[in-house]
Amino acid sequence: MKFGTEIVALGLFAFVALVAAGFGVDEPFRQHMWVLFFLLLGFVIVLLRNTSFAPAASVDPSAYMDGPIRYGAIATMFWGVVGMLVGVVIALQLAYPDLNIEPWFNFGRLRPLHTSGVVFAFGGNALICTSMYVVQRTSRARLFGDNLGWFVFWGYQLFIVMAATGYLLGITESREYAEPEWYVDIWLTIVWVAYLVLFLGTILKRKEPHIYVANWFYLSFIVTIAMLHLINNLSMPASLLGSKSYSAFSGVQDALTQWWYGHNAVGFFLTAGFLGMMYYFVPKQANRPVYSYRLSIIHFWAIIFLYIWAGPHHLHYTALPDWAQTLGMVFSIMLWMPSWGGMINGLMTLSGAWDKLRTDPIIRMMVMAIAFYGMSTFEGPMMSIKAVNSLSHYTDWTIGHVHSGALGWVGMISFGAIYYMVPKLWNRERLYSLRLVTWHFWLATLGIVVYAAVMWVSGIMQGLMWREYDEQGFLVYSFAETVAAMHPYYVMRAVGGAMYLAGAVIMTWNITMTILGYQREEEPMPASIPSLQPAQ
Amino acid sequence: MDYHWMREFADSWALLAMALFFVGTVAFAFRPGSGKQADEAARIPLKDD
Repeated sequence: MKFGTEIVALGLFAFVALVAAGFGVDEPFRQHMWVLFFLLLGFVIVLLRNTSFAPAASVDPSAYMDGPIRYGAIATMFWGVVGMLVGVVIALQLAYPDLNIEPWFNFGRLRPLHTSGVVFAFGGNALICTSMYVVQRTSRARLFGDNLGWFVFWGYQLFIVMAATGYLLGITESREYAEPEWYVDIWLTIVWVAYLVLFLGTILKRKEPHIYVANWFYLSFIVTIAMLHLINNLSMPASLLGSKSYSAFSGVQDALTQWWYGHNAVGFFLTAGFLGMMYYFVPKQANRPVYSYRLSIIHFWAIIFLYIWAGPHHLHYTALPDWAQTLGMVFSIMLWMPSWGGMINGLMTLSGAWDKLRTDPIIRMMVMAIAFYGMSTFEGPMMSIKAVNSLSHYTDWTIGHVHSGALGWVGMISFGAIYYMVPKLWNRERLYSLRLVTWHFWLATLGIVVYAAVMWVSGIMQGLMWREYDEQGFLVYSFAETVAAMHPYYVMRAVGGAMYLAGAVIMTWNITMTILGYQREEEPMPASIPSLQPAQ
Repeated sequence: MDYHWMREFADSWALLAMALFFVGTVAFAFRPGSGKQADEAARIPLKDD
């Protein structure tokens, strides 16, 4: 029977959720378990309607398994639009506090929904589906485990929905980028181990003797996130049927564990994983090998050895010992070298093919991503210097920095990869429209520029106002005055974010039409064939 | 195994071991004859779809 085991397991799982909904010790937990129960019930019903008793068709063991990748590409776009929309909403909430709708849609609950939505739902799905695409094609092997790829895909979506609904219900561990409570953390651990087995298993059965460097980056992302997630979420639940848990660490140890996690989530989720994407999709789209393969190896090891120590720069001028703060600062500054080495390697892959910037909007998108990788990895170490940090910390400058990395690097390289993959995954000759990619490119780029520039001005103003003393040593501004001064910047920031969101909506339209098999009739992009020069 | 012991170990032997490992990876990447292998490896994504 098709899906037999899955139906029984999900049915049991749904029953456990129903029991937990009945016996839960706190109201949010009971509500959360009702959500889980109806989700799993929905899964069971869908599987029951699609089951059949015919003998299973045999699969070609040499063909690539692209089903979960197709679903992953669609999920990436869906969660991307949702996460960015929530971002625009909370940007408007900051500008117009009346938009806070109690209790589910106030800023405090929507903010983690935005960060997890764009980082883990959009970025995570992009990483999972591209890693499955890349590992099969560079290993020339089918994904390991029959339906393991499907389990990873659906298990991860369940994690996203449980995390998101938990935030709205007010369930949180209050650890930045790790807000889900203990039971959702346990589920993510199970899914992540399955993902590691899927990825490693595929590498182990490869037919290509060498493991291509993109897979090294993806693997380091998977392994490090497993380690970070496990250690940062060590906690003791107050009850097995409740939504509250207490961290295993306390005081400054807890803070350092959290930022060791937080910064390496940036380093290994938002950097190493997406570098894996860069090392496969840029050479593919440009149809040229990477500029220097040996540089990519050094890029890899240097990132691995340096990033892991940079976390303490989030805790400058706190109770953290001074030597640990300085250590974090020094390692952050050393990161300049591998980051820029990697950026040069990505950009120089186009050397000799720079005309593609004019003719291929997808290459343009990838080049902009790499340029933002360079810019934000320059800005980050600069901000980790203690003297700079004393001005920038806790201000909007940090938010601007994060977004130049997240919108510019992570977003743009993912868009480029999806634009490349979708026509191949659905066997389409080309995208629905290349002109719409150009629209997306300019809306996104201008949106980021508006966002980052506005946050620089706002953040530096905020930092300077906080430290302004009069001649008698009194603070010149009250906190509320600094908030009032930021209002115009908050409005402009929402405009920048809305432009970026508009680009993503155009992309969703373009991708949907490509999947449905349409091709827009349009003037082709200028040809890349150079005109012949007569001899002189 | 207390804090001071771990601290001393971390900034002596552990630091040395990691630094040597890193130098080793760089030396390995640039060992004689690695250029040709690297060029071949760089072409892996372009071999098939």
